[in-house]
Amino acid sequence: MRIDRAAVQDLLAEYGALIDAAKFDEWLDLFAEECRYQILPRENFDLGLPAALVFCDSRAVLEDRIRALREANKYNIHTDRHVIGLPRIFDDPLAVEAPFAVYQTDQEGETRLFATGLYRDRLEAVGPRLKIRDKLILLDTFAVPSLLAIPL
Amino acid sequence: MITAAIWPALDYSRVPYRLYHDAEIYAREQERIFRGPVWNFLGLDAEIPNPGDFRATYVGDTPVIFNRDRSGTVNAFVNRCAHRGALVRREVCGNAEQHICIYHQWCYGLDGGLTAIPFRRGIRGKAGLAASFDMGVHGLRPLRVDQVNGALFGTLAADAEPLGDYLGAPILGQLRRLLDRPVRVLGYNRQRIRGNWKLYAENTRDNYHASLLHEFLVTFGLDRSTQVGGVTMDPRHRHNITWAEAGSDTDEFARQAYASARVRNDFLSLKEPALVTFHPERDDKLNIAITSVFPSAVFVQISNSLAVRQIRPRGVDEVEVFQTMLGYQDDTPEMTLHRLRQANLVGPAGLVSMEDGEAIEIARLQARSRPQHGYRARRCRRDLRPRLPSNRRAVTRILVVLR
Repeated sequence: MRIDRAAVQDLLAEYGALIDAAKFDEWLDLFAEECRYQILPRENFDLGLPAALVFCDSRAVLEDRIRALREANKYNIHTDRHVIGLPRIFDDPLAVEAPFAVYQTDQEGETRLFATGLYRDRLEAVGPRLKIRDKLILLDTFAVPSLLAIPL
Repeated sequence: MITAAIWPALDYSRVPYRLYHDAEIYAREQERIFRGPVWNFLGLDAEIPNPGDFRATYVGDTPVIFNRDRSGTVNAFVNRCAHRGALVRREVCGNAEQHICIYHQWCYGLDGGLTAIPFRRGIRGKAGLAASFDMGVHGLRPLRVDQVNGALFGTLAADAEPLGDYLGAPILGQLRRLLDRPVRVLGYNRQRIRGNWKLYAENTRDNYHASLLHEFLVTFGLDRSTQVGGVTMDPRHRHNITWAEAGSDTDEFARQAYASARVRNDFLSLKEPALVTFHPERDDKLNIAITSVFPSAVFVQISNSLAVRQIRPRGVDEVEVFQTMLGYQDDTPEMTLHRLRQANLVGPAGLVSMEDGEAIEIARLQARSRPQHGYRARRCRRDLRPRLPSNRRAVTRILVVLR
């Protein structure tokens, strides 16, 4: 399959921008109907242990978490800024690895590095669009500052 | 110098904020509580199955290593070289025949004993340590280790009472209940909260906040203060068990009770109900059992999510909640998957726990700016939950209310 590098990079850019703008419905639309989303602490990955901080093995769980975020959860008031690095793109099946950093800025304008790690995505073509089938977020910053509410 | 004069009232009805941000008090806590006659949770037997296996842990903010020696015994010792105080074992976990400090290569055995020192007798007959140097008294400071069903505890105090006496019958019961079969570690998670360690230790014993701060519990019907439940403490009121029984209230009863709280109570339903589905694993009906062991351990059952938390103070103003997620060796693959899904409920991203990070951080900001004030603690003889059947003991405890 011919890799459309521009489409992959556009998808990554959209991914970060939609979270930062808190547009979660559009963010969910980046995922395929059958999808998985996990945030795995690096110390568990290194030890071969399965427990993740966020474990969505179906779209239903992912949607439930977004709903909980809107209806129930409380968290530190802040804005996010995703900085997603250059992706490495692999073919057959279409997979992407990209380093990321998320900065959080509070209401007083103070910014801190919240998380860094590696996205390991499996993508699939859905009609003309590229969507995320499986997203594994390897979290280097597994000593999570304060709490983790907004998707990484 | 800190004296009793910092207490606004000597009946403990007002608690000074100063307890939560004073460096001198923090240092005394490390010395007299954590390094004193208490038993600190270290880790699990299951984490060091083979001889030579070691794991780093903490007692207060003191770094400790626990490992299994060649004879199968678990030893624990302070991870600080007798020479210059450097960290001897730098890795978090692994397997080794000995522990060698990288600085001057002083070598310690799996019991913490000092076994070898390079150039002890100098070079070519010159210098070296005095002949009177006794290796036997320069080992790593040992902890006394004991365990309950594979939960390892350690103490640095020679005069600490036996572990069973320290815990008391109700706590022993809960640990034996949770650890009634061999466990499997599913993974770890860590939450670094900007606040004094006691703010977290008190949070796990605070039943008032549970359904009000963690709205998911009520909104999605997992746990409500209207359920049958309660609090049990050990006879000397050091440790605390908060518990509740599944399915023991009705939606209508809960709606009425929560009408005055600003908690959404139309009980939304999830697209994946497995997140809040409880599969009883034993004959009792407990679906919530949170056992806080003074000073720094919490053994947790929330539905089918099982874990043990270690409260790690990191200076006056920061605490790390280090959580070990558990399953059982005989879990079916379906149950393991269920536990991994329910791990969404707990930890730093936990749907019913994340808010503790925010609550503690907003409490800490206030405390630091008003050190001369205290918050009001109200003595309450009645549990907030409905009266329990008469064969359970009523509990008297202090409900702390922030004004």
